[in-house]
Amino acid sequence: MTRQKAAAGTEITGSEIFVRSLIAEGVDVLFGYPGGSIIGIYDVLHDLSHIKHIRTRHEQAATHAAEGYAKATGKPGVVLVTSGPGATNAVTGICDALLDSIPIVVFSGQVSLHLIGNDAFQEADIVNITRPITKHNYLVRNVEELAATIKEAFYIATTGRPGPVLVDMPKDMMMQKTIFHYPESAFRRGYNPTTEGHIKQVQKAAEMMNAAKRPVLYVGGGVIQSNASLELKAVAEKLQAPVTMTLQGLGAFPESNKLSLGMLGMHGTWYANMAVHHSDLLVAIGARFDDRVTGKVEAFAPEAKIIHIDIDPAAISKNVVVDLPIVGDVKTVLSKVIPLLEKRNPAEWLKTIDGWKKEHPLRYHRTAILTAQEVIQELSNATQGNAIVITDVGQHQMWTAQFYKYLYPRTNITSGGLGTMGFSLPAAIGVAAGRQDLPVISISGDGGFQMNMQEMGTILEYNLPIKIFIINNGFLGMVRQWQDLFWKKRYSAVEMKNPDFVKLAEAYGCPAVRVSSREQVGPAIKAALAHKGAYFIEFAVAMEDNVYPMIPAGQSVDEMMELPAELPTPSSTVVKG
Amino acid sequence: MARTPRAQQAAKGQVVEEKLHTISILVENRFGAFNRITGLFAAKGYNIESSTVGPTEDEEISRVTIVTRGEDQVIEQITKQLNKLIDTIKVIDLTNESYVERELVLLKVQTTAETRSEIMQIAEIFRAKVVDISPKTLTLEGTGSAQKVDAFIKMMKPFVIKEMARTGRVALKREFHGEV
Repeated sequence: MTRQKAAAGTEITGSEIFVRSLIAEGVDVLFGYPGGSIIGIYDVLHDLSHIKHIRTRHEQAATHAAEGYAKATGKPGVVLVTSGPGATNAVTGICDALLDSIPIVVFSGQVSLHLIGNDAFQEADIVNITRPITKHNYLVRNVEELAATIKEAFYIATTGRPGPVLVDMPKDMMMQKTIFHYPESAFRRGYNPTTEGHIKQVQKAAEMMNAAKRPVLYVGGGVIQSNASLELKAVAEKLQAPVTMTLQGLGAFPESNKLSLGMLGMHGTWYANMAVHHSDLLVAIGARFDDRVTGKVEAFAPEAKIIHIDIDPAAISKNVVVDLPIVGDVKTVLSKVIPLLEKRNPAEWLKTIDGWKKEHPLRYHRTAILTAQEVIQELSNATQGNAIVITDVGQHQMWTAQFYKYLYPRTNITSGGLGTMGFSLPAAIGVAAGRQDLPVISISGDGGFQMNMQEMGTILEYNLPIKIFIINNGFLGMVRQWQDLFWKKRYSAVEMKNPDFVKLAEAYGCPAVRVSSREQVGPAIKAALAHKGAYFIEFAVAMEDNVYPMIPAGQSVDEMMELPAELPTPSSTVVKG
Repeated sequence: MARTPRAQQAAKGQVVEEKLHTISILVENRFGAFNRITGLFAAKGYNIESSTVGPTEDEEISRVTIVTRGEDQVIEQITKQLNKLIDTIKVIDLTNESYVERELVLLKVQTTAETRSEIMQIAEIFRAKVVDISPKTLTLEGTGSAQKVDAFIKMMKPFVIKEMARTGRVALKREFHGEV
């Protein structure tokens, strides 16, 4: 009798129940790393082809891969790690998924029940460790509860405001046997997310939108998670309301649309921040008023009434008091709003914004040395939005957010809330595992790349066609920028002594080039996109360049710093985004 | 415009002050459920003045009663965060409701032949019970509202309290809002 065909009523082990539960849940990829306490599961996986298992080089990478998979596909990402260090290594990715509301389910092995609490080999109390950074977590003590717990874990991770769920599975429990039954649904008395949106609130919102003279739609990752891009477009076009996006929201609304204001916030566009500042109605949709968006809260959108549409009641009036909250699923709520909207044309307002766009576009200084911004512009031109771009954290991330023109949802993947350096490369593994329809491009700085560069091994082992771009400025650029602007240029611990990245990539068997002149940029990107497999490009760019505009932390738009008028060198020119 | 919750409260003429709140939380009887609640308070920096947990009429449910201090806005966030926990079934801030509350205290008071009867008289006023006696001590059990328990302790202090154990608060909403 094969494992897949165990007859109904036959008792099977916890390990087999685990794997069959994943199959029943429709899991097609598992990101993991074997170890002592989950060796039984790996034994079951050994003769199964239903689930593709990607063994990363580090458990943190497995969690980021699961995040990338989830964000790119809309399906939950699944992770399997062993007890102790396996589980603790997964912590950063779990926390990252919590802050960016990404549905992942992490299964960790645990020492046998009788050893729990004994400081046993490879024991860590991962349930307690991850309690504040998971949406929910479990220790499964009895094999009879395993299948139902797995069902519930997926249910909780993917419904309401999505997030990470951890299931801890002791080794002896996984060896116990019982009859497998995977429940059709899960139910918890205290968990019943509000999705519909209160109709009275929806009507009031529509009235406010119909009456607004200077509306702005401020949209976040919730629009993408809810697959509500079409509904958002309908609202924006009916109202002729400009749309600004958070870092996570980029891709929700095409930046080619004249109503797009690009990103808002600390490194947002001048005109997006001004539009919010002068708006009389701000409609926050699936966004959470993060401090990187609001700056000084007292001075945020001072003239606006605020409508807030969000699935999470706790996100409402947490940072900013709103005039009209609507708790519900973004897509559902917007679908109800659309028929109540009138065709509007705030011509004056759009004219003002157009003026701002012309006077204060995104700009950068072009010097003799290659700049990161032009690399991103070239990439944007080469792909025309038809790629999934995964960024890391820091200057290159902000430049990509500014200069890469995202056109489609689920093509922008980045670590926003937690700001996890080292995110991009492993997240790209998950993206490539889940999406074969578009080129997958991982962009990192030289600092972030080295936080998880061991994953080059995974990429090449599984022949994942990831285009790996390093924007190398030899610095931890964003920290250097802060030291430059706010700490008297005292560059403390930010200069990087880097390896030869091209040789490093080649050591993994990855074709690699170094690009240091602007003539090479376009051809190198084309070559990378044309290549079938993984491809590595190191872009050697100007060492000291700052991201502008910038609203210093905790300040208002009045303090917004624009690109300095003074040129860095006499031969420099100003280039618009 | 008042954007922060605090500024908006002030603009409405509401006094922004910290108040004691009694929050009653019904949770599913699951591993770690109480831990999640106290962990939430710790992680978000909310203080706990007292907490109790115990069974209810439904064996699958426990009632957690937490006394906390905070501005209205903070308390609103606390209740939202508590509701967000998967194990939480219901959160009731009893403070603005009519409710009954009880605490229990055990006091081991030093006695002499001269003070014993006076102590017992005071205990009687508070309807406290003698639960243990030795030549040099009396152990008293007092129950009541926090105020009453406070007053009882205060009255016993001059006799020297050798040891004290006090529970957190338990509370239930009143059904009738008239005089009880």
